Amino acid sequence: MAVQAEKKEKRKWITPKTAPYFFLFPAVLLFLAFMVYPIIASLILSFQTRVEGVYQFSGLDNYIRLFSDPIFYKALGNTFIILFVQVPIMLFIALLLAVFLNVKFLRARAFYRVSFFTPAVTSLVAASIIFILLLNTDYGLVNFILASIGLEKVEWLTNSFWARVSLILVTTWRWAGYNMVILLAGLQNIPNDLYEAASIDGASQIRKFFHITIPQLKPVLLFTFVLSTIGTFQLFDEPYNLTNGGPNNATLTITYYLYNQGFNYFDFGYASAIAILSYYLSLFYHGYNLRW
Amino acid sequence: MMDNQQSVLRRVLLHGLLIVGVIFSIGPFYWMVVGATNPSGEILSSPPTILPGSYLVENMTNLHDAIPILRNLFNSIVIAVIFVFASLLVCSAAGYAFAKYDFKGNRVIFASFLLAMMIPYQATIIPLFQLFSALDWINTYRAVILPQVCYPFAIFLIRQNMKGIPDSMIEAARIDGAGEISIFFKLALPTMKPALAAVGIFLFTHQWNNFMWPLIVMTTQENYTLPVALSTLAGLNSIDYGQLMLGTAISVVPIMVVFLILQKHFVSGILGGSVKE
Repeated sequence: MAVQAEKKEKRKWITPKTAPYFFLFPAVLLFLAFMVYPIIASLILSFQTRVEGVYQFSGLDNYIRLFSDPIFYKALGNTFIILFVQVPIMLFIALLLAVFLNVKFLRARAFYRVSFFTPAVTSLVAASIIFILLLNTDYGLVNFILASIGLEKVEWLTNSFWARVSLILVTTWRWAGYNMVILLAGLQNIPNDLYEAASIDGASQIRKFFHITIPQLKPVLLFTFVLSTIGTFQLFDEPYNLTNGGPNNATLTITYYLYNQGFNYFDFGYASAIAILSYYLSLFYHGYNLRW
Repeated sequence: MMDNQQSVLRRVLLHGLLIVGVIFSIGPFYWMVVGATNPSGEILSSPPTILPGSYLVENMTNLHDAIPILRNLFNSIVIAVIFVFASLLVCSAAGYAFAKYDFKGNRVIFASFLLAMMIPYQATIIPLFQLFSALDWINTYRAVILPQVCYPFAIFLIRQNMKGIPDSMIEAARIDGAGEISIFFKLALPTMKPALAAVGIFLFTHQWNNFMWPLIVMTTQENYTLPVALSTLAGLNSIDYGQLMLGTAISVVPIMVVFLILQKHFVSGILGGSVKE
């Protein structure tokens, strides 16, 4: 009897009207605790400096320091190099692979797709470590191959310019297949009639590509572009493991700099200012690009 | 005739290019295997050894002496598994509420979750670190797991899929006297199995490969996850590449096997949870 009554009581609590709030409760609680609270706390912390172990309000000090910090500009510049060089190269390769894999009657399509996607399931740490060995100046396979075809050895990880190239290389290796899969799905959704109609009109393959494929694929391309941009602003694992941000900060990224300030120097106020600024930068960048 | 020749040429060219691509994407893994099965001295010699060797057991012994690798593997597995189940439960409950109920705040709350997807993760790490220090949660599994259990992208994917459950089915269950909670567990979740599998695999990969946050909150070697353990090993002054490549293989091979078995789910996981071929 008591169980019955309790059951009825329960039913009164969770009705079709109240149920969604019960279902949402855990997610909202976690969201507030681990997303909303830290963002607000970050913002507040960015206006504070630690004085004798206690964080005190210091106005715009952290931001003023940030705007005159040459290393921050360097990190910002490196991040934008990735954004303007690596992202386009990677998306171009991904698109090329997707177009190839979309060729009708292609044999072994599944094999190619799996092969290209495999790097995307590897951790960035593992990817970086494998490339440290491959790109080793004296004993790496890459330099061995270069030497055996008569080219000079390259200081992949210890020269500022080449360290950036290496970072671009590893990031592209890790993400091209991932983007290819998304683009391939987009290609497969383009209605075939469009191509048939164009063929009847005598359009060449290249014309079809630029006048049908690209415009039809635009939303998907934009999606991969936004994903890559978000990823670039968060770039940390690769420079940390591949080059330690060096040489001479050549591969230091914004997130890496934030990490250094926060967890090497424990300057949480300054690190928060970096976090907030990079947040706005990425928002602006997205806003600017999505305008079109 | 001419046409035929041209198409053969085209096909050869296409496969040629694709195979170059395959060599680039798979080659590094081959090199990892070569490294894991050879002594460090062999790997760092000129010309380099290009075939797998027989030094696997020795490398494993050395690796095991250098870092608690099995413990790190165990940490990675436990953390990823708990994370996936906790996250699937929380996110599917939320996705279900958004998809199948009309209630005050539905749109606003959903929109704020979506907005959160744009927030860079690193903007939250400093306050979270302070919070977890205050709670004395540093160096615990929950510190690694909890912050991302509510994963907006997963909620979004699950909501999209839950929309496909017919309202009439839910209504019929209600008329049969089923409570809201049991409708969710016994009707909604079972029909969502393929989508949940896709999202679950996505979440698993994410947590398995997660690096920055575990690096920050895990402070002792026994509690490191694989990526953090490997990163520390690689950062040592005298790197033993045999050890290091074997450690890398230990972190790469399990996820690759899961991927090869469940590739379709992997792909649909990043394509919005819709399983299609």
